[in-house]
Amino acid sequence: MKIEILGTGCPKCKKLTELAEKAVKDTGISAEISKVDKINDIMNYGVMITPALVIDGKVKVSGRIPSEEEIKNWIKK
Amino acid sequence: MAKECCCGGVRLIYACSGASDVGKLADSAARELANSNCGKMTCLAAVGAHLSGFVESAKGATENITIDGCSVACARKILDHIGVNSKSYVLTDMGYKKGETPVTKKTVDEIVKKISSEPAKNSKKSDKRNNSCC
Repeated sequence: MKIEILGTGCPKCKKLTELAEKAVKDTGISAEISKVDKINDIMNYGVMITPALVIDGKVKVSGRIPSEEEIKNWIKK
Repeated sequence: MAKECCCGGVRLIYACSGASDVGKLADSAARELANSNCGKMTCLAAVGAHLSGFVESAKGATENITIDGCSVACARKILDHIGVNSKSYVLTDMGYKKGETPVTKKTVDEIVKKISSEPAKNSKKSDKRNNSCC
């Protein structure tokens, strides 16, 4: 599984990264987490508002920090 | 296309960009509003295509504004389909006749001025917000 955190490095983006890392650790699912911080790369996803979370190429959320439970549900599917 | 990072209060603007004169006016007015920092214009077609980044951006925006040329209201209905409420402006409801309205800078400026000062119609009747765009 590939998880991408879209954002330019603000506190909300960092918080989302922490939550994603914890969700992956807690569920025990094998996933690669990476950060996407270049504007053009972010815009290629059609994301207008960060932070955003992308799982296997699909944008799951944009413009807010999801709960840890939400992230766990997304990565379990 | 523009992007906001964690600033809150992100307003996205969509135009129907339809084939008629009022469709083109809706498009031009949306671009002008975006140029005036009234919000960020984004792609309605991408929302219609269910591209996840655009759909989730619409859901994450503080406010979504739709500008439709006519009462078919494609822009508003596309956002309705993804469960997103929008502030709706329909040019024919604002007095512009489909097929009879010249696409000129003067008309675009007039529409922008009206949208900036007129209250919008919300797409869901339950939503009581009725503020003007800018």
